[in-house]
Amino acid sequence: MNEERKGLKEKITNSDIWRSIFRHGYENTGRRYTLQILQNVWLHLHPPRISRHALNFRFTWCMGGITFLMFLVTAVTGVLLMFYYRPTAEYAFADVQYLEFDIPFGMLLRNMHRWAAHGMVISVMLHMFRVFLTGSYKKPREFNWAVGVILLLVTFFLSFTGYLLPWDQLAFWAVTVGTNMARATPVLGHEGPFAPTEITQSNDVRFALLAGTIVGPSTLLRFYILHCVAVPLLASALMALHFWRVRKDGGISGPL
Amino acid sequence: MEHFIALVTKPDNVPIVAILFLIPYFMWLSYRQARQTDKTGVPSDAHLNDKVYVWPYLCRNEFVCAIIVMLVLGVWSIMIDAPLEEPSDPTKTPNPSKAPWYFLALQEMLVYFDPWIAGVVLPGLIIAGLIAIPYIDTNPKGKGYYTIKERPFALAVFSFGFIVLWIVLMIVGTFLRGPGWNFFAPWEYWDPHLVVPLTNVNLSYLFGIRSETTANFFGFVVVAGYFALGPIVYLWKHKTSDFLQELGLVRYIVVSFLFLTMLALPIKMILRIFFNVKYIWVSPWFNI
Repeated sequence: MNEERKGLKEKITNSDIWRSIFRHGYENTGRRYTLQILQNVWLHLHPPRISRHALNFRFTWCMGGITFLMFLVTAVTGVLLMFYYRPTAEYAFADVQYLEFDIPFGMLLRNMHRWAAHGMVISVMLHMFRVFLTGSYKKPREFNWAVGVILLLVTFFLSFTGYLLPWDQLAFWAVTVGTNMARATPVLGHEGPFAPTEITQSNDVRFALLAGTIVGPSTLLRFYILHCVAVPLLASALMALHFWRVRKDGGISGPL
Repeated sequence: MEHFIALVTKPDNVPIVAILFLIPYFMWLSYRQARQTDKTGVPSDAHLNDKVYVWPYLCRNEFVCAIIVMLVLGVWSIMIDAPLEEPSDPTKTPNPSKAPWYFLALQEMLVYFDPWIAGVVLPGLIIAGLIAIPYIDTNPKGKGYYTIKERPFALAVFSFGFIVLWIVLMIVGTFLRGPGWNFFAPWEYWDPHLVVPLTNVNLSYLFGIRSETTANFFGFVVVAGYFALGPIVYLWKHKTSDFLQELGLVRYIVVSFLFLTMLALPIKMILRIFFNVKYIWVSPWFNI
């Protein structure tokens, strides 16, 4: 029976039709597996081989990868959202309403963007927690931990700048509360300790952030550009550095 | 209670509810592995040299993980709509006004410290402290596996900071802070007209000091004395303690300063909640 099946399989795979479609077979060899990683532009950041414990979910929690996945989801849905959104005080809120009620799958698009952003904040915090608990910041990964801390801040800032864009009460007041603290910056904030008299509410650090003395149309434009262009570029550059250093520092940490 | 249920099921609070389950789960998961390691010893080098091909083994894991996460995200996005309130109106301040949920631990600190500390200095020190961690933790053990026995101090400090001072304060800020940023238990109605008497006094007042200049000096002595605990412990212990010898003076200064600053938050919280202390140090330029 087995012999028969083998013969039939060979007959099929040796036929002219089969060989015109599939140029060669798939060999189950280490060389083949290695090339699969090395020759693929999306996978080449991986090493060809890793230690077995790095596959273990209980060890890695997958949180770094999930954070990156959430970033990709927000990037894709974000680009689509940009087609329907104008960052001006006149149109912003109406555009979000239009998106929700009139654009096919607009609500779903907006939901995915918002929940992926929230998911990214959660997963990046859990990723940091896991890296600390396994002591993975220790030599030689000290610098990559520092890059990770900056990426954590970048994630918060991405989420925070995006929070303003719907231009509703929730957005407006969350950002008002969040940026009010900058008033009290020592020396550089007009209500902070040791502020010189030259520092007023129209030239302090909060003014630089808001482009005004309260959250207004210029703030909306400023946050939009930070959210859609500046901070994602910074995040991408830092992520490239972060992933590259993971490999250069010897891959995922393990008992050595 | 109905109002608390409405609060918990608010779309934007879904992440906080998720955190309520995720954090205990991952704490339990890591604790179990740490206990295992502490009992049976550190896995040997042989274990690490057991290599597998990334394709297909790791790529398959990543792929399955991505599918599961996308499924969860998809269901979440279909079931729950992102909130959109009425158009923004600078003349209509909601009460309470809250920052996004991930900043609520910082907003919660505003209860206990002035904005320049709670909103600027402490967040700056959190960032600086996090970046400093690998450079001040000289313990070479516990790298790449879960353990408690080999690094109890580092784990205790970080877990306290992350779980209690970040996650728990965030949850308190979301669910238990109502109008006027007053504290409300889950079963209490968020009364916007609730009047809470402000009976807080400065620490110097509790000690019977009435003169401003003396109070200023008293506050300086208390705060300086608190931060002097670091150097005092060093002078007292550095000859006999191997830990301090290995740490070195510069690292010790950084560690003790960050540690005392972190502990200042729970200390101020206890002083405020149980002793109605407003400020510890009142000076003409700033209050602490």
